Amino acid sequence: MKVSPAAIVALCGTCALALLPAVVPPYYAGLMIPFFGYAIALLGFNLLFGYTGQLSFGHAMFLGFGAYGAAVMSGVLGIKSFELVLLTVMVASAAIALPMGLLCVRYVGIFFGMLTLAFGMLFHSFLFKFYSVTGGDSGMRVPRMNILGLEFAQYNKIEFLAGPFYYYCLGILVVAGFVMWRIVHSPFGLHLRTIRDNARKAEYLGVHVHRFRLAAFVISAAFGAAGGAILGFRIGLADPELVYWTQSGQLVFMAVLGGFANFFGPIIGALTFTLLQDQLQSLTEYWRFVLGAILALIVIGFPEGIAGLANDLWRRLARRVA
Amino acid sequence: MAAFANILVGGVFHAAVLFLVAAGLQLVFGVQKIVNLACGSFYALGAYFGITFIQYATQLGISPWLILPGLIISGILLGFIGPPIERMLRSVYGRDESFQLLLTFALVLMFQDVFKFVWGANPRALDSAYLIYGIIRTGDFSVPVYNLLVIAAAVVTAAGLGAFLQRTNYGRILRATAENRDMAEALGVDVRRIYSIVFTLGAVLGTTAGALVVPTAAASLDMAIEFVIEAFAVVVIGGLGSMRGALVGALIVGLIRAYSIVFFPELEVLAIYMIVIAVLIFRPAGLFGRSLA
Repeated sequence: MKVSPAAIVALCGTCALALLPAVVPPYYAGLMIPFFGYAIALLGFNLLFGYTGQLSFGHAMFLGFGAYGAAVMSGVLGIKSFELVLLTVMVASAAIALPMGLLCVRYVGIFFGMLTLAFGMLFHSFLFKFYSVTGGDSGMRVPRMNILGLEFAQYNKIEFLAGPFYYYCLGILVVAGFVMWRIVHSPFGLHLRTIRDNARKAEYLGVHVHRFRLAAFVISAAFGAAGGAILGFRIGLADPELVYWTQSGQLVFMAVLGGFANFFGPIIGALTFTLLQDQLQSLTEYWRFVLGAILALIVIGFPEGIAGLANDLWRRLARRVA
Repeated sequence: MAAFANILVGGVFHAAVLFLVAAGLQLVFGVQKIVNLACGSFYALGAYFGITFIQYATQLGISPWLILPGLIISGILLGFIGPPIERMLRSVYGRDESFQLLLTFALVLMFQDVFKFVWGANPRALDSAYLIYGIIRTGDFSVPVYNLLVIAAAVVTAAGLGAFLQRTNYGRILRATAENRDMAEALGVDVRRIYSIVFTLGAVLGTTAGALVVPTAAASLDMAIEFVIEAFAVVVIGGLGSMRGALVGALIVGLIRAYSIVFFPELEVLAIYMIVIAVLIFRPAGLFGRSLA
């Protein structure tokens, strides 16, 4: 049986992540939770960006759907099962994305970006201004929930995040990655790439361009909500900052940092960004400057991102060996 | 009635400042086809610089009548940051929009920390500097003269830009480059130079707007990212690349903000984005933009 390099990468990555909590202090294991959240959201984001060629500049809205959905379900309605919350916010996010997508997918390029940005800002201003419903700028609390029906009451929040919840999120990421892998390597994924490369030609060949873009939009919304629910659970709070346009910019940053042309790029980007931001924040109060400089460097010099660099290195090594 | 007029003048003042920044955005987009997220940072740069200028001016006892011209001059002088930034953007001309957006987003991040480094993290405000020229009062209606002067300055800028683009040879060359870069280049236009000048002009519009607004409002680290998004609403409503669109869009956004703050505070920002979405759906090219096809 032939094993694809992607499977090896995925397996090694999963093993490394699974062993991580055993070797690093709980702080770093807890730090990985936002990574899982971003990585899951970015898998969806990249279906839209990398595979369909639609740059959403309001994608943080879906993170918001997830986080606020979790806050409403667990905090207001008292539902304690995280799986139920996760599924519900994904379905709800997809349901909201459907009419929104119907309006958005008719456009490409900067207009698509603008429209998604406008929807994102609309949601942000709703969260920000309607105090009675959303808690305004102080946000809504996301109480602790059960995972797989287990309460883990003997763990405090940090131990819980670094222990059971870490493996739980890793599991979700693996499932999400597998599902996304199947999606992009299915005929459906091929359709999306065709649309990205030449929408007019695709249409000429009988591809329903709008319908496929809409499907990608809805799927990415569901992934975004799942990531957002994890982010909200970790902080214990859903706040409007999560939905602001700079957060959407950060998602694009992560995708490009990792390399959006590669399936694993967004995951690598999320990991690098999370660790980098944490380290920089502890080193200097001017971490934004450094992040901005890195982003500029990548855009100018290494548009393929980290995954692209790794690919180049690998090829060069392989050539030298051969 | 007086309250109504007060809000009107407030809205027009906001629109005047918005117009200046949006005009810079339009100019750069129209000619260089780059959406410059950093235009909000230019605005903030102008604002911080303006505060420093006024503080020095009051220390040195410069006549208050020189404050407004001084602010405008300092805004224009800040234009020197234009060429080096344009040089950096050259690497993304003609590349995917996502790279252009990201590079200007990187500038936004960097500028924010430059402001923090130079001017500190706390918002900086001047006490009632907008009263330097006094207040006009008739009954309940009152407006600081300074605000009227800023509105006048924006109107003059709008007229000047219009005349420059429509009537002068250089304006014609700019429009020709916007229309068809390759053809303009083939006819001997130094496109590199044009790009550098256009970007600098766009930056100057932003910095001047920031310098002008500072006597009436505080300068803060968040102002760049808050203002750029508003300027975006303006250009989308007016139509990307259209100067007239920037003017009308700025008036729409400025007035909606002013009235909704008073009457429906919850809808202040919501209303603007509703309009943006409606415009994008029903008239994606904006009110004054050319059709997409």
